[in-house]
Amino acid sequence: MTDVLAVTDHRRGDLRDVSYEIITAGRELADETGGNLHLAVISGTVDEFADDLNREGVDAIHTVDHGEEFNHDVYTQAISQLYDELAPQYVVAPNSVNGLDYAPAVANELDLPIVTDTIGLETDGETLLATREMYGGKVETTNELEGAAVVTIRSAEWPKAEGTGDASIEAFDAEIDEDAIGSTVTGFEEVGGGDVDISEADVLVSVGRGIEEEDNIPLIEDLAEALDATVSSSRPIVDNGWLPKNRQVGQSGKVVTPDVYIAIGISGAVQHVAGMKGSDTIVAINTDPNAPIMDIADYAIHDDLFDVVPALTEEFQ
Amino acid sequence: MKILVTVKEVATVEDEFEIEGTEIASQYLGADLNEWDDYAVEEAVQLQENGIADEVVTVTIGPEDCEQTIRQALAKGADRAIRVWDDALEGVDLLDVNAKTEILSAVVEAEEPDLVLTGVQAGDDSFGATGVSLAEEIGAQWGAVVNHLEHDLEDGVASVRRELEGGVEELTEIDLPAVLTIQTGINEPRYASLRGIRQAQRKELDVQALADIGVDEGTIESELELTEMYEPESESDVTVWEGSADETAAELGELLREKGVAQ
Ligand SMILES: Cc1cc2nc3c(=O)[nH]c(=O)nc-3n(C[C@H](O)[C@H](O)[C@H](O)COP(=O)(O)OP(=O)(O)OC[C@H]3O[C@@H](n4cnc5c(N)ncnc54)[C@H](O)[C@@H]3O)c2cc1C
Repeated sequence: MTDVLAVTDHRRGDLRDVSYEIITAGRELADETGGNLHLAVISGTVDEFADDLNREGVDAIHTVDHGEEFNHDVYTQAISQLYDELAPQYVVAPNSVNGLDYAPAVANELDLPIVTDTIGLETDGETLLATREMYGGKVETTNELEGAAVVTIRSAEWPKAEGTGDASIEAFDAEIDEDAIGSTVTGFEEVGGGDVDISEADVLVSVGRGIEEEDNIPLIEDLAEALDATVSSSRPIVDNGWLPKNRQVGQSGKVVTPDVYIAIGISGAVQHVAGMKGSDTIVAINTDPNAPIMDIADYAIHDDLFDVVPALTEEFQ
Repeated sequence: MKILVTVKEVATVEDEFEIEGTEIASQYLGADLNEWDDYAVEEAVQLQENGIADEVVTVTIGPEDCEQTIRQALAKGADRAIRVWDDALEGVDLLDVNAKTEILSAVVEAEEPDLVLTGVQAGDDSFGATGVSLAEEIGAQWGAVVNHLEHDLEDGVASVRRELEGGVEELTEIDLPAVLTIQTGINEPRYASLRGIRQAQRKELDVQALADIGVDEGTIESELELTEMYEPESESDVTVWEGSADETAAELGELLREKGVAQ
């Protein structure tokens, strides 16, 4: 039997979507060999979270009531103790920024192998086949692991669990060693405010690293002006200081859903796609016909942006 | 204060490529300093310029081929470099986080840095796990996805910002010694100056075998095996416009007019 311990994610009082997705991923793994799915709910309003997470497919929910917000030491200690108690075959965690702040520590502490950012999982109870991407999504790989393991899952790859479950909900009496806690969260800050809200735009002209140099940005601004559209970008453009933070689309920027999203010289890394895949119509201008952005584009031009963009601007002048 | 920075040479892939077995055929591969490590090196060098760090040491696991990448980090201002390699690592899949943790922790033990900086992830395999795993192994504190570090580090505490999802940053105080995984955008990595490049040639690049750092080669085995590599099946039904730039631009123009979003 393959029991699974899945760890849920919350922030500032709310469960994050991946918490419901991890139920689906965990249930699938457990089902392949008729095992049980255990959920861990650590810190925050755990009882409220547990009621919300009691969805179809969950066998047991273990709450650890310790502190309000995420702390990786509390998580690492609680998960390790739950592992000792429940002896699951797999510990499944979200591949979120916080997931990556504790899952590798849990794996090392428990002396288990870890495979991160998985997009597919299969097991016969002994061998785990984990699918993940490499090279920014250009290829997919199958990775084999024998025996117990820690796995993190990419968000939005599994559907959210629905329905009402009949899981047992129990407080787990974790012994948290306060002396071992060496980090303290002192606050949160929202960044990327300012005069422009790209999530309000009907048309976004979005620029990526294909633009090569800061001096070329006006090319994109001219197009946006001709189209009466708004300029947004992928992360490297903001990292380089060529556009302000409030223009960044993606996981750590804004989620946008315009009528038309024109991705210019953007490869379509998962963290970028997370912010724009809900756009009505996606157009990609990219020299690389195999760029991952092509998988979600509705229309594409496989050509040099330095030729296509000026031609398009001219159309509308 | 001494800072150790992990530096990885990552594989880059050309637009068009072929897969041979479980690898990309070598003629389509290039090599580069990992983007995230570039920011980690820069942060360490700035800490040194600000008088907070005395020494910046880089550590790389990799064969001789990657020395050019290591020299790049030295040219940007790191003081010296350690490269760990061994015949015994030839057949080991270094995707395995435990194997890397084992090797890096032995180097940490020998060097005793106050702060270790790693990249958030390697741009090629994107595991994003080595830094935190290493911290746990050496009994240090850690913070993942750090996009700001206060340059005072007084009282043995690092004040950092961790970049969470959705434009939210977490302000965290972390006890030293610590491992921080550095996110792009934390600083502006410099280009190496000609003088830096010249100096880098003379800087110490120490090559260590597993036995030199006290690692038993028997303990380095990969528990994770990459058994398949393939191009993802495209589910897209993308319409590709062909022709000259003027023709494709006209097609796109027509679409925008049709949608009523531009005139
Ligand atoms: C924790 C974390 C959070 C992240 N958050 C975000 C985020 O919020 N948003 C985000 O965007 N990224 C984010 N990233 C970074 C992400 O992984 C990618 O590195 C980034 O999205 C790549 O940006 P890009 O597509 O512009 O650049 P690249 O991947 O370098 O792609 C450039 C593209 O331009 C094309 N190109 C080059 N020259 C031309 C030309 N002349 N004409 C046409 N096309 C050309 C190339 O074929 C290529 O496809 C995050 C990463 C991490 C680890």
